Parts: sequence; structure tokens; C-alpha cells
Amino acid sequence: MQEVLYSIFMVTGAVFMCIAGLGILRMPDLFMRLSAATKASTLGVGFLLLAVAVKYPVIEIISRSLAIIVFVVLTAPIAAHMIGRAAYLSGIPLWKDSIVDRLCDRYDRCNLLLLGGENSPTSPERQDPE
Amino acid sequence: MNMQGLTLIIVVSLLSLAFVFAFIRMVCGPSLPDRVVALDLMSTVAIGIIGIYAIATGEPVFLDVAIILALVAFLGTIAFSYYLIRISHRENAEER
Repeated sequence: MQEVLYSIFMVTGAVFMCIAGLGILRMPDLFMRLSAATKASTLGVGFLLLAVAVKYPVIEIISRSLAIIVFVVLTAPIAAHMIGRAAYLSGIPLWKDSIVDRLCDRYDRCNLLLLGGENSPTSPERQDPE
Repeated sequence: MNMQGLTLIIVVSLLSLAFVFAFIRMVCGPSLPDRVVALDLMSTVAIGIIGIYAIATGEPVFLDVAIILALVAFLGTIAFSYYLIRISHRENAEER
């Protein structure tokens, strides 16, 4: 029963990892590649470490694998956000069939500020004469 | 061949396939952020391979290596993105 359970977890995690690799190889755009790779690889590594926790049901191994899962789930979106922001600011082009780019006119690329945001110098709240 | 050996062969071949895909993207990626994303995916796949290796050899001590690798991969990605932002900021300042 335990062997069947962790075999299922291992195969599921490896299939999600392979989907992530396929996504990073075949997607047409940096941002789509980033999305596919981050989400699928987070789920895949979660399943693989869950298989380790099922294989060795001791408290120290379970705590270690749960710590790795929590760490990966916390840090993977942060890393993906930072890379996506840096790539957008350095002018990586979107896919030619992309239909919406909401940040197109709203970023001040010289000062790295979001126009209309609360830190912006041209924010309407700061221009109000008191 | 028993059931667990077959499962391990399937799982390791799928993970190696994902590693090879990410490596191809890292070699022929058109820009620097593509390579950084591929490197991030490669380190995540390496964490999974270390977990499978801990199952296959019966020594769960290798999970410590996976913890360290997760930490180092996150710090490397953050450092690369700061570097990219710094470069684009400087190029925009030179254009202005």
C-alpha cells in the first residue's frame, strides 16, 4: 500500500517536471515560458518530496521534506516575479500574437516607477493643491 | 524486474528529459532572462532528482543537499534579476 502510494507520487511529480521542461522548450515567449516552468515545476517538486515523506515515515524526514516544499512554494513565485519584472523592464518583446499589454504606457522606464502608483512623482494625489 | 525498479527507471528518465529540455533552452535561449529561467528550472529538477536518489539508495540524508540547493538557486535567481534591472536602468539612463 505504501509502495503503491509513493510510486504514484513519484510518477506524477516526474510527469509534471517533464511538462515543465516541454513548456520551457516549446512556448513562444519568455513570459509564457516563465509561467509554464514555474507552476509545473513547483507542483512536480512538491509531489516528488511528498513521495520521499511517504517512503520514510519518520518525523525528521517528514519535517525536512515539508520544509523543502514550503520553501519552494514560498520562493518560486518571488523569483518568477523578479525575473519577469526585470525582463519586461529590459525590453524583452512579447509574442507577436499577444493581444493585451496592460503595463505598456504605465511604466516610467527611466526611473523604474509605476505611473499613477502611490510612489510616482506624477501621482494625482501629490499634485493636488492643498 | 520488480515494480519499484521499473518505476524508478521511468521517473529518472522523465526527469532527465526535463533536464535536457531546460538545457537546450539554456544553450539556445535568445536572451539572458530565458537562460536565467532555464537555469532556475534546472535547479528545481535537480532538487527532484536528489529526492529520487534519496529514495533509490535508501539514504534520506541527501535531503539536506536538496535544502541547500533550493536556497542557493533562489539566491542566484534573485541576484540575476537585480543584475538585469541594473543593466536596463543604466542603458535607459544613457539613452536619456
